[in-house]
Amino acid sequence: MNATTSSVTRKAAREPVIFEISKPGREAPTQFPPLARGPDAGAPALPAHLRRQARPAMPSVSELQAVRHFTRLSQLNFSIDTHFYPLGSCTMKYNPKACNSLAMLPEFLNRHPLAPASASQGFLACMFELQEMLREITGMHGVSLTPMAGAQGEFAGVAMIRAYHRARGDEGRNEIIVPEAAHGTNPATAAMCGCVVREIPCDSNGDVDIEALRAAAGPKTAGIMLTNPSTLGVFERKIVTVEKIVHAAGGLLYYDGANLNAILGKVRPGDMGFDVIHMNLHKTFSTPHGGGGPGSGAVGVGERLLPYLPIPVVGRDGERYRWLDERDRPKSIGRLSAFMGNAGVNMRAYIYMRMLGRDGMVRVAEFAALNANYMMRRLTAEGFDAAYGMRRASHEFIITLKRQHRQYNISAMDVAKRLLDYGMHAPTTYFPLLVPECLLIEPTETEAKEDLDRFCDAMSEILREMAETPEMVSKAPHTMPVRRLDDVRAAKLLDLVWKPAAARAGE
Amino acid sequence: MPFIPHTPQDIAEMLQVIGVRSVSELFEEIPAELLAGPLTGVPLALSEIEISRLMSDRAAIDGRPLNFIGGGAYEHHIPAPVWAIATRGEFYSAYTPYQAEASQGTLQLIYEYQSMLSELTGMEVSNASLYDGASALAEACLMAVRANRSSLSRRILVPRTVNPLYLQVARSIVGNQGVTLVTLDYDRASGRMLAESLQQFTGQDVTALVVQQPNFFGVLEEVDELTDWAHANKALLIGVVNPLSLALLKPPGLWGGPASGNQGADIVCGEGQPLGVPLASGGPYFGFMTTRMQYVRQMPGRIVGRTLDAEGRPGFTLTLQAREQHIRRGKATSNICTNQGLTVTAATIYMSLMGAAGLERVAAACMQRSAQLLKALTAIRGVKTTFTGPRFHEVVLSLDRPAAAVLEELARRGILGGLDLSQHYPELKSALLVCATETKNDADIARYGQALAEVLGAASAKAGAA
Repeated sequence: MNATTSSVTRKAAREPVIFEISKPGREAPTQFPPLARGPDAGAPALPAHLRRQARPAMPSVSELQAVRHFTRLSQLNFSIDTHFYPLGSCTMKYNPKACNSLAMLPEFLNRHPLAPASASQGFLACMFELQEMLREITGMHGVSLTPMAGAQGEFAGVAMIRAYHRARGDEGRNEIIVPEAAHGTNPATAAMCGCVVREIPCDSNGDVDIEALRAAAGPKTAGIMLTNPSTLGVFERKIVTVEKIVHAAGGLLYYDGANLNAILGKVRPGDMGFDVIHMNLHKTFSTPHGGGGPGSGAVGVGERLLPYLPIPVVGRDGERYRWLDERDRPKSIGRLSAFMGNAGVNMRAYIYMRMLGRDGMVRVAEFAALNANYMMRRLTAEGFDAAYGMRRASHEFIITLKRQHRQYNISAMDVAKRLLDYGMHAPTTYFPLLVPECLLIEPTETEAKEDLDRFCDAMSEILREMAETPEMVSKAPHTMPVRRLDDVRAAKLLDLVWKPAAARAGE
Repeated sequence: MPFIPHTPQDIAEMLQVIGVRSVSELFEEIPAELLAGPLTGVPLALSEIEISRLMSDRAAIDGRPLNFIGGGAYEHHIPAPVWAIATRGEFYSAYTPYQAEASQGTLQLIYEYQSMLSELTGMEVSNASLYDGASALAEACLMAVRANRSSLSRRILVPRTVNPLYLQVARSIVGNQGVTLVTLDYDRASGRMLAESLQQFTGQDVTALVVQQPNFFGVLEEVDELTDWAHANKALLIGVVNPLSLALLKPPGLWGGPASGNQGADIVCGEGQPLGVPLASGGPYFGFMTTRMQYVRQMPGRIVGRTLDAEGRPGFTLTLQAREQHIRRGKATSNICTNQGLTVTAATIYMSLMGAAGLERVAAACMQRSAQLLKALTAIRGVKTTFTGPRFHEVVLSLDRPAAAVLEELARRGILGGLDLSQHYPELKSALLVCATETKNDADIARYGQALAEVLGAASAKAGAA
């Protein structure tokens, strides 16, 4: 493996900001619509006080310049299509090309969201079947596809829990119990729903501290938010006890689907006693992450929460599909998006699920677990410490660099940056927060053994560098388009929009 | 095995390294009584040939009707380079740019996007996008509560001329946080919000006033007066705008009368879909949000900044992350985690290709086509214009009978004739919201006119015979 420090080997030079290659008067006129002429052509003039007076300073480039600029920008990215991307908790698996090309059939692309159901039976059939498949794999009673991302799915889930308690006249339940290892969206969601968060610790084996849970659960408990496997990368073995305690206290159980990939077809959240779940279709069902979205955060519910599902939902009357809205679901927590959520993302998930099929679902969990456990064993053999090495890894696992940090003053961030030089995207760093200097590694089931081996070899090489050439690690990356960026400066001297050089100089 | 590369030999070697005999042993920590049986509700796997056939058949069922519906989602020409580049794997299959050095493409693109949206809206800063226009309004309301420190009421005024679906979404999202949305009526003649309905709030504690321009009826609001009213009453002004219209309309950053110094809107948000994103049944789109620099720390969502690297060269990174959930957890500005990176990529390419001149042409062509449509349809007996206010590219028509049955009849002829407004505005019993964009030509408009004349004529002939 050869990752040199020389700056001349950087993969690509800096690409100018598009405003720097703009030139007044340059256009891509083929893209402009014709303007009608003649006496009937004119639209009524806009009132002067509502008109724009000066043209906005937008880019002014040819079609080729735009194509080249954005193609070059794309080449500055790591992506699943180009690099191993073991970003823990994000499930960066292969996004099959057919999911994209079939979701982009012109009839689907041009379907207006407010088109009547009579002109939408093909689309609605796909969405109905997607709801049904998600219901089946989660063991829930009903599914709504409308939340636009995991965080919005979480919001829907907690809002439904609150609506349920309110409808029973149980107004005092405003506490959400969250394990301290939870993803940051969990407490943020609880706050958005007007709830108070009660954090409980985990025991040294990574399971929920049952005594702490018993102490926290009570008449104020609205519910508990859990991922299982947890963010620590291990299955919550006491889930049955957790379920009994929370339900006995009158609370409901919320399943954060962040880690659904680990248990797909193996165990269903509904069978574990969960009342509500959100799924990240962009993780488990492989829709594109698109540089940070769009996602889709479909929610599933058990019987008790069925009336509260966010609208719209696709229903079926005989052979016809139609939207169910507030007229059918008067107790719904309402709408979360103007139309029906990220329909195109849901379409891609539908296509993916049909290609996996019944048997493919369970294989996802099996091979995700095989890859994660294999890497955990290999890395511990190379001299790294697994945070929960005494446990089976789920679809991901945590390496803690606490020992290396003490010994070589090399941080998890340094190792993450050095991995980029080896042509691999870094794992998630510093999450979960309670494991010091951690890397959360999720290979996913679509990676071949050779790629896992390459990653483990690189890690082993980096460990050697820590002892022999520590600057190679502490100053990494060396081969990216930029060196390490000054985040403090970015936050202090906020430069968030382009200004012409003259304006910059005057600042 | 679909999408799983393991050979039997790989599996054997890996199991040996782990020290187990079978893959199922890896799941031994799951209590046995919880293990699932076969997923009989999931059909068996399809090959790519089979799924392609299924999806083409499903697509054919929906066909390609001639569309005149707007109502918050607009059919526009999308230049070929837009999605050819946006679906490149390097953009399509990357994630949130946490590792800035390996994500400069996405980061620089978002910085360019922020620059363009700030410029279009006439505001100082933009975030990296939110989910959609409706949820962006909800976030804008929550942001206004944080930003307007002089207001304690958490009361936000929302005219009924704001997209009613946006209002529903905003209610679902802000309702749990003690924020009240008070609706204001509109003027039945002009289709503008009723200025008098504001008077009862003059001098009271109002957190913000929302103004949509063009409004849901396609009518232009008197944004200057409304902005000045808000500021005179220490309320923030939230502008909801169609970004494409801003090629021709006064940017919200300059709203407000000259007498009060064109103070401008405080928070601007809206639906980015008209900028190169296909209709696609309602998503994925993207919501945008821009504001004044003084409120940047109250803004939700990701923000990209330009900075320097260790060698002093410029580069891009996520910044102001201290506002966000992964740092602040329960005290974050929002629980939002992702933006809508892929659709923002498309929009940034779209805006770059069109430039100011192209956007202006598209906006002007939309205005022309909708004026042409209005003329063609109101020439039919029983069809009238409902509102007198100036318009952008949508218009409300009054029919001589309920719109629903007319629309069904048009749909049978392959025409989506507009949106029946009676569901959201019961007082507008036979009103139809129609839109024509630059994608419609003379023949399309003639076809709609002819079909509508037939539908209305046939129906009245029937009534006469009975």
